[in-house]
Amino acid sequence: MPSTFETVAGIISETCDIPRDKITPASHAINDLGIDSLDFLDVAFAIDKAFGIKMPLEQWTQEVNEGKVASDQYFVLGDLCANIDKLVAAKAA
Amino acid sequence: MRLEYFQMIDRISALDPEARSVRTECAVPLESPVFEGHFPGYPLLPGVLMIETMAQTGGWLVLAILRFSRMPFLVQVKEAKLRSFVEPGQALVAEARLLHDGSGYAVVAAGIESAGRKVADAEITYRVVPFPNATLRAEMLATARRVAMPEAFLHGE
Repeated sequence: MPSTFETVAGIISETCDIPRDKITPASHAINDLGIDSLDFLDVAFAIDKAFGIKMPLEQWTQEVNEGKVASDQYFVLGDLCANIDKLVAAKAA
Repeated sequence: MRLEYFQMIDRISALDPEARSVRTECAVPLESPVFEGHFPGYPLLPGVLMIETMAQTGGWLVLAILRFSRMPFLVQVKEAKLRSFVEPGQALVAEARLLHDGSGYAVVAAGIESAGRKVADAEITYRVVPFPNATLRAEMLATARRVAMPEAFLHGE
């Protein structure tokens, strides 16, 4: 079974037409990979479907906009995958 | 339908919150200024208005599920297929099914049939945001009543 990162990287590569080898756990989805907000919706839809979750994008965006957290926490892929794992675990609990 | 006012939907004929689906009815008018240009001597419902019809049908579904607490705005149309010409006077039935209720977005699969034959389909994505002002929300509620949206869907979740 592929890791969360492998699945997410595959989704981003396919959805945003980004070479897979440019996508690493340290990549920032927006700053490094240049994913815009509409493409990120596609990515979010594919992630939600793949993992059976509902990523709280609105809450994350609000927290970033209000300066409560750095955008890295949600948009650096390693951190994004950790958040996905938490959502999957919460759903299974 | 009043094409020049983007009033694509005449009536919501079925709305099933459990199945997360909606069906609407739309009668293409016999006359419209739109047909003067599309096309002279050969009037056809423009494909972009078929897409708009599917987008509005899915939009009513999202509005109903959210009890008009937020507004869906069209942001993406995927795999749109316009399968046959639609002429003045044709009766259309549009359907939409919610594929995903995401955080700040929603995705539906929508289609249009006429006389039992599929004429268009697409996957449509909306960005779902708070109403930008009270005027729009009031107008959407008024329009919802005009198209026979069941009253139960117009108020609080």
